[in-house]
Amino acid sequence: MTETQILIESTLQAIAAGILIGAIYGLMCVGLAMIFGIMRVINFAQGDFMMIGMYAAFFALTLLGLPSFLGPVVGPYVAVLLAAPLLYGFGWLIHRTLIRRVTGIETADLEGEGHYAQLILTLGIALILQNGAMILFGAELISIRTPLSSDAIFVGPFLDGLAVFLNKARLVSACISVVIIVALWWVIKSTTLGKSLRAAADNPEAAIYMGIDVDRSHRTAFALGTAITATAGGLLATNYPFHPFVGLEYVIIMYAGVVLGGIGSVIGAFWGGMAIGLVQQLSTIILPTQLQNATIFVFFLLIVILRPQGFFGRNVERT
Amino acid sequence: MSKVFKSLIPFGIFAVAYLALSMVVTNSYYQFILTMVLVWASFGLSWNMLSGYTGLISFGHASFFGLGAFATVLAHYHLGISPWIMLPVSALIGATAGVLIGLPTFRLRGHYFALSMLAYPLAFMYVFQWLGYPEISLPRERENPAAYMQFDDGRIYTLLAMVILAAIVVLTRIIETRRFGMALIAIKQNEAAAEAAGINTLGWKLAAIAVSGGIAGLVGAFYSVVILVITPHSVFGMLISAQALTVTMFGGVGTVWGPIIGASFLIPIAETLHAELGSYLPGIQGVVYGIAIVVLIIAAPEGLYWKARDLFRGRSGTGGETEMPKSETPADAEALATVTPLPTQFRTSADADAEPVLEVDNLSKSFGGLKAVQNVSFKVPAGMILGIIGPNGAGKTTLFNLLNGFQKPDEGRVRLNGGDVLGEKPHAICRAGVGRTFQIMRPFKRMSVHDNVKVGAYVHAANEDEAEEITRAALHEAGLDGIAERMAGGLTTKDLRLMELARALAGRPEILLLDETLAGLGKHESEEVIAIIRRLAKSGKTIVIIEHTMQAMVQLVDRFLVLDHGEVVTEGEPEAVTRDPRVIEAYLGKKWASNA
Repeated sequence: MTETQILIESTLQAIAAGILIGAIYGLMCVGLAMIFGIMRVINFAQGDFMMIGMYAAFFALTLLGLPSFLGPVVGPYVAVLLAAPLLYGFGWLIHRTLIRRVTGIETADLEGEGHYAQLILTLGIALILQNGAMILFGAELISIRTPLSSDAIFVGPFLDGLAVFLNKARLVSACISVVIIVALWWVIKSTTLGKSLRAAADNPEAAIYMGIDVDRSHRTAFALGTAITATAGGLLATNYPFHPFVGLEYVIIMYAGVVLGGIGSVIGAFWGGMAIGLVQQLSTIILPTQLQNATIFVFFLLIVILRPQGFFGRNVERT
Repeated sequence: MSKVFKSLIPFGIFAVAYLALSMVVTNSYYQFILTMVLVWASFGLSWNMLSGYTGLISFGHASFFGLGAFATVLAHYHLGISPWIMLPVSALIGATAGVLIGLPTFRLRGHYFALSMLAYPLAFMYVFQWLGYPEISLPRERENPAAYMQFDDGRIYTLLAMVILAAIVVLTRIIETRRFGMALIAIKQNEAAAEAAGINTLGWKLAAIAVSGGIAGLVGAFYSVVILVITPHSVFGMLISAQALTVTMFGGVGTVWGPIIGASFLIPIAETLHAELGSYLPGIQGVVYGIAIVVLIIAAPEGLYWKARDLFRGRSGTGGETEMPKSETPADAEALATVTPLPTQFRTSADADAEPVLEVDNLSKSFGGLKAVQNVSFKVPAGMILGIIGPNGAGKTTLFNLLNGFQKPDEGRVRLNGGDVLGEKPHAICRAGVGRTFQIMRPFKRMSVHDNVKVGAYVHAANEDEAEEITRAALHEAGLDGIAERMAGGLTTKDLRLMELARALAGRPEILLLDETLAGLGKHESEEVIAIIRRLAKSGKTIVIIEHTMQAMVQLVDRFLVLDHGEVVTEGEPEAVTRDPRVIEAYLGKKWASNA
């Protein structure tokens, strides 16, 4: 193989890996978009909700003994999906007890002060979750392994012996992500629940007069966003080991995706996440892997500084 | 200066008592806690300098802290340079990093700023890991330990920490009482108003982050000397940034006492828990901070100091109403029907042919498809009161935003005394002689009326004394001498309007733009304000005032400019304008116009 061929192959490989990981990041971002993009609640603990989702899936798998009757391939994915309602309840509870105090109708269209309180409150929640998880679960790396985790599909050879391999666990995770996004998109577009969510997001005051319980809609969106991000976390964990502090890295990825996709756009958030996945994987062609995440942070900074309204979104700044 | 030193007496007492306590503590671990309280209080003060005063919450102060720590350790490890030299160098590194990070990041506000600040230390963390420093320790100096800031007696570290803290406290107090501090507080309370009052907000924010980063770098360097071993995670980690924020928020934001109170409470608790339970509950410190933050933001969002002070002063928690009740439009129908324009002899003696102070030429601005202002042209001669009227959404406030630089027009020219001011920043336009007030009032609530006005006075003041003199004069002109020391948060609507007027006056403007200054005022209050505005015009000020109610305006203005849908409908003397059918139509619709 020539130098160019190697470069082409590694680029194709990075793109393929980027699309697969991007689909999972996209799902993660959609979860945040429900909370931040739609309800305008800034949640710093979103990454830690995801971390809780990963542990929930892990314990669902091991404590329920799912592999013994679902098999080692299907079991982990069922565990991930079982963790979702659990995290829905968790998100609901956090909103009910804490988030509600710093959000709601008074602060819904308030740019500054409401957001500071949310930011700092959720920072507190994040610290409790991270360190609490370390106390409960320890700092060791854990992963939800399936036989697919170390298995790959080879595509090729094509064009004089080029080949690209796709990790099976990631491929399955990416497919599940896409299915969930499509289902969610349908729910938001076509159901009463979706309509009330959109109304509550668009104009909370008017929504109240239309008989929509805005507080409840916000709670539903918050819980749903938590569950979605947690599911993405579980899907990611079939291939990536995790630890109690994993959330911090992903919270930046999630905000980068949401901002890139344009605030308020759920589908935009998915493409934002996809873009981040591609950037991350492509960066490994020229940069050492340890700097993968540093690349994402720099990318995030570039996005928010150069184009805070995102690429699909509208500018929301007012004088 | 004497004011500064007087306010430092309580700190002096604290410092002496604290050092006395540290002298009798022999247990080295307790001594370490005593040092750490001061270290984190200093770091809290660094965070406070930026986030406490400007209100821009930083989640990334670990950047400066970590750079200082790594610089000091690496310089000692590789080059044998003593921390005595590296402490000030680290401060310099921190300050430089502050400016470099601030320049791009200050384009952002609110949560975007906070999140972006978080990205910097995380990026640094990966970079230092990649550079091959998973863990690095200061070499032990056996020959001459004191030259490398290494002491067997822990009390010396406590003493050094106290020296650092004292220096930072003095610096903070000096800044607090100067133009610098005033500018930062004004930015926190209302950035747009600060900019309109002539404050170069970006410049002061950069100065704040430089000072803040410098302090953080120094503290990080000292921390590394005390702790001896550092890892990228231990100096760039989230917990470091959170620590600065937590001790400050707990103790009180925007005061020199906050971080000291916060650190004195939280550090001993967290350290003790860590020592007692750390081996089997490794994250207990973080959990304690987390709980402290959650409880705090819900129970006392501004911290213990302010909570205690408010209780002590018996101040109610609310900051006062600033949102205006909109006057109802039907009143306009009556107003139009019954208005009697001011007899000509009472008008100000503005000469319509005089050299114009403000010349607006073909000004246009659209937002997407909405043409907010279209081809607006007018001239305002010196000493005239021009009233701009028009229904809601006519483009009046947008016009003001174009005139004072909040927004850039798509087309047109604005000339002030013949000089082009288009495209300048608001603070520069203010300096050039345009003062303005706001429709939705923008007081600096936690400052006294006097201080609110003084923020505006720095525009043309060479020094503190002159600023004080201008402030007094402006307060007098607006009839506010009696309530100068009251907190702005508790004022009535009328007094707030007058205070904004005085703040604008303190910038020594040639032309004043008043945005609905009479809105929400009762009849008598309105007359009082009108009398003050007339007096200003008599004394030579040129005034442009926006209103959408006509009643009060006909008693006040020399000329009217009527806007509707962003365009000039008509311009002229009050008598003529109030009878113009187009004006009546714009206000009341076609039906009324045909009946009139």
